[in-house]
Amino acid sequence: MAEEQNKKPCRFWIWASASVVFRLILISFPGNLNLSSRPEVSTPLTSIRRLAEGYWLKQASMSPYAGSMYHGSPLLLSVLGPLTVQRIKGQPSHLLCSLVFVIADILSAMLLRGIGQKLQMAYGLNARLLGFFMDKVILPCGDIAALVYFWNPFTIVSCVGLSTSPIENLAVILALFGAVTRRVPLAAFGFVMATHLSLYPATLAIPIIIILRYGLDAPPIKLFLQTRSVENEKSSTSTVSKQAKSKQTTHLPFLWKTVAHFLFWVLLWSLYVLVLCALSLNKYGGLEEMFKRTYGFILSIEDLSPNIGVFWYFFAEVFDFFRNFFLIVFHVNVLFMLLPLVIRLKHRPCFLAFVYLAISSILKSYPSVGDSALYLSLWALFVNELVDMKFSFFLFCGYLGISLLSPVMHNLWIWRGTGNANFYFGNAIGYACFQIVFVVESVSAMLNHDRALRRSSSNHGEVKS
Amino acid sequence: MACLVRSWIPLLFLQSFLVAIAFGSNEGEEFSEELLLKPLPDRKVLAHFHFENRAPPSNSHGRNHHLFPKAISQLVQKFRVKEMELSFTQGRWNHEHWGGFDPLSSMNAKPVGVELWAVFDVPQSQVDISWKNLTHALSGLFCASINFLESSTSYAAPTWGFGTNSDKLRYGSLPREAVCTENLTPWLKLLPCRDKDGISALMNRPSVYRGFYHSQRLHLSTVESGQEGLGSGIVLEQTLTVVIQPETTSVETNMQPSWSLSSLFGRKVVGSCVLAKSSNVYLQLEGRLGHESKNVDTEIEAHKLWMNSDFDLSLKPDRVIRESSSLLFIFDIDKSSDSEPFDLGLTWKLPSKWSCEQAPLHASRFLMGSGNERGAIAILLKATESQEKLSGRNLTTDGRCTIKANIFQIFPWYIKVYYHTLQIFVDQQQKTDSEVLKKINVSPSTDKVSSGMLEMMLELPCEVKSAAISIEYDKGFLHIDEYPPDANQGFDIPSALISFPSHHASLDFQEELSKSPLLSSFKEKSLVRSYTEVLLVPLTTPDFSMPYNVITITCTIFALYFGSLLNVLRRRIGEEERFLKSQGKKRGGLKQLLSRLTAKIRGRPIEAPSSESPAAESSFLSSKLIFKIILVAGAAAAWQYFSTDK
Repeated sequence: MAEEQNKKPCRFWIWASASVVFRLILISFPGNLNLSSRPEVSTPLTSIRRLAEGYWLKQASMSPYAGSMYHGSPLLLSVLGPLTVQRIKGQPSHLLCSLVFVIADILSAMLLRGIGQKLQMAYGLNARLLGFFMDKVILPCGDIAALVYFWNPFTIVSCVGLSTSPIENLAVILALFGAVTRRVPLAAFGFVMATHLSLYPATLAIPIIIILRYGLDAPPIKLFLQTRSVENEKSSTSTVSKQAKSKQTTHLPFLWKTVAHFLFWVLLWSLYVLVLCALSLNKYGGLEEMFKRTYGFILSIEDLSPNIGVFWYFFAEVFDFFRNFFLIVFHVNVLFMLLPLVIRLKHRPCFLAFVYLAISSILKSYPSVGDSALYLSLWALFVNELVDMKFSFFLFCGYLGISLLSPVMHNLWIWRGTGNANFYFGNAIGYACFQIVFVVESVSAMLNHDRALRRSSSNHGEVKS
Repeated sequence: MACLVRSWIPLLFLQSFLVAIAFGSNEGEEFSEELLLKPLPDRKVLAHFHFENRAPPSNSHGRNHHLFPKAISQLVQKFRVKEMELSFTQGRWNHEHWGGFDPLSSMNAKPVGVELWAVFDVPQSQVDISWKNLTHALSGLFCASINFLESSTSYAAPTWGFGTNSDKLRYGSLPREAVCTENLTPWLKLLPCRDKDGISALMNRPSVYRGFYHSQRLHLSTVESGQEGLGSGIVLEQTLTVVIQPETTSVETNMQPSWSLSSLFGRKVVGSCVLAKSSNVYLQLEGRLGHESKNVDTEIEAHKLWMNSDFDLSLKPDRVIRESSSLLFIFDIDKSSDSEPFDLGLTWKLPSKWSCEQAPLHASRFLMGSGNERGAIAILLKATESQEKLSGRNLTTDGRCTIKANIFQIFPWYIKVYYHTLQIFVDQQQKTDSEVLKKINVSPSTDKVSSGMLEMMLELPCEVKSAAISIEYDKGFLHIDEYPPDANQGFDIPSALISFPSHHASLDFQEELSKSPLLSSFKEKSLVRSYTEVLLVPLTTPDFSMPYNVITITCTIFALYFGSLLNVLRRRIGEEERFLKSQGKKRGGLKQLLSRLTAKIRGRPIEAPSSESPAAESSFLSSKLIFKIILVAGAAAAWQYFSTDK
């Protein structure tokens, strides 16, 4: 038994290092295997080519946002920009950038593993608290999630294809990791960076605050109360101390202090980031220009080049008169679901974070496979809870089919000219549908899991009584 | 009656006053008409009409023009144009055969379509407004869609790449503009004699538009008087350059075709325009001929110049002028009349061959890459024969011989250029920027707002054989409304302008010529320029017939997302259990269907009513309903309040 346990992490490390080696082999091919020009991989926000252009413009003492090329963060520009120019002789260009992305991927996977281990411990603890006996093995969700992140073709493609999404993903995972391990400054830093880089992780504020306030994912509180009351009934000779304990647990501990701490750090970090941005842009229009060219570009969907989302074609076709209306409707759709999800899933903040990220990756203005890679590996953190998920094979086939068809349709439309835009758009619709089904099924499976827990605990109680 | 007389008297005074002013101003206004004919090495003939109209400086309160077109002077006054050039061109100037290093080609070889540039004399902030107004005025004046240059996506403000150093310069071109008679007619209206009399009578529309190249140009510049109280004078230069293939009957292929004015244009010149100060016709013979007959002085020899073994002229030239490499025959058409029309003819007797002087580098431009996603633009500069002659002229301080070349290029915004991918190859070897690139100025394009502009100054070694510049771009994706009606034809990238700032073209006449504006403009040094081809870039099109489908399908996806997620979240456990129970009670599909049917027919629910009392439910519902109604009404009132407030 001990040998087996020793073997497992060993196997994990083998697979992890194999994926790193695989990435290193891929990046040593010249021209990034043409992945960096794929619309699925690099969007106007994450393309390294645009970053290089922004850096060139800045070097030529122009605003990096002059022209409509670069729409990313000025900090990313000053970190990655010099790497786009430097070359090692005899090596493909952008090798240094690729190495940065590989390192970002490794870090993300390690952090995911850390999150997963915490979640796994919490799962075991809760099961014991509820009085279940281990009728099944708890899967090592951390290792699984890390390996999913390592070996997900979407992650590999966006890492090798030189899109900046590995760094955005790293920031998001860092925020979650900080929250899970209760390192408030770290969580705040990750959150601020993720929001700064791609705006949509701003919704993560809610799950992070819930994690910091109530703790990790757990079955609903009612269940604990139920088991507690059953126990109380059973043991009629209840001591005072026990009652006090149970009373304490009826109200979850209010950790306002941590939340205030988190908000303070968010303020501090965002101030820091803004000051840095202002310093790097003070000659070129300052922060106003930056917000206009990054967040404004995200919100107004100016670039209509095809990607795997549905917005580009919609806004290429929609009548100008209705453009603003639909912009508002589509962006509000991201926000509409925040509240209902919090109400139903407040006891599972990490899962809530996953759902938020998945939703924002569906409804993003410029989605890429890098975003899918993030939420798919977060999904793997909940393998224990989501074992009963429906349509998983169907969804797997769907994702596979879409990722195979997408290049074909793009080729037919753009390169051969034998297809038209509807081919690629149809593909994007299919992708959106699969993602929606995926999210809905995950949420439904999680709620069913809670229901099953309740039913079994009540059965448990009945049996006991 | 008395009152009528009283009102007449001032009018009469006014009239006499006006007449006096008219004659007074007439003294300064000058108009001249000239025509230059030039046989080209590739069996074609170039005809260059040149009309110059000068209005002297006058006081700025009012002008009365006798010869000068009022429309133009109003234009200059209203938009405060300092210098302006408008050209309408069809066909492409053949730099190889028609010359690239003489004033004629550097001034009159224009890009296809409409090209307009103007320098304004207004404060910097008003330049763009003046430009926009000017384009509209010109578009009305010349029956062309010059007003498309109004949008900021189609014009640029070159700083030094265009040759004229001014921050108040605006440049725009419309490569797709079709040029036709409707543009020529308003242009002719600006001439005092229109096309009724004088040299302009030659402009027979079918023969002009049958040519291989024709470019009609209007150049106006203001001349500062320097005196207080006086406005500025205006010089209006109108030229029409036509390259025509004479119809030939000779069988010999190496024989140059013989021609006459009537065979070229189908018309003859009958007298000059009476309003013109001078009306001359020039015939320029280039190359070997000029060199051969250099050392002739005597009268007999002079006669031999126009009637020799090589060719015959049908008329005796009034004067013959020698230039370093060509001969210029001058004819005065004042003497011609109805009975004796001026019909100059050139008859070749022996086959002859010569070549034109060419620009140091021949520029061409092409697209690279396939597919509708990305590509690259390459500009290729190739050495010409004349380069060897020119080398050695332009020694820099460190003794190296270099050729300077300015490249000026406008990119429409849907050509998203990556300036960091600029690569320069000299003799097929890639050079770093610092080696050959002396100066670069980039203004990147902004989507749907402004066009991009690239100005480069290259310094190439004289012995260069070829130089290539390539730059990558992504193709933009446009909104459905932004495509022109023929979207699949593609989009035009305006010509790039290559100029050689260290080379100047001029004809250096050995004799003094004071009167002729055409020849004096040739004598001035002009910048050697050449325009490249217009490029046609096909852009991907969306499906134009699909907007409704796309809107409905996308909205369906949103409904799917919203509905199904909300449905999952809202489902309660009790409900589920009830549902499960009812499913447990199910006795097979057909039976249930039957029972449902019978229940419907009887008008009774299938199962017993639920334990909740309906009254309580309804009251609960109604309170909720009232709350909802109040909420909606409140929202509506607030909306109304705020919307009317604005």
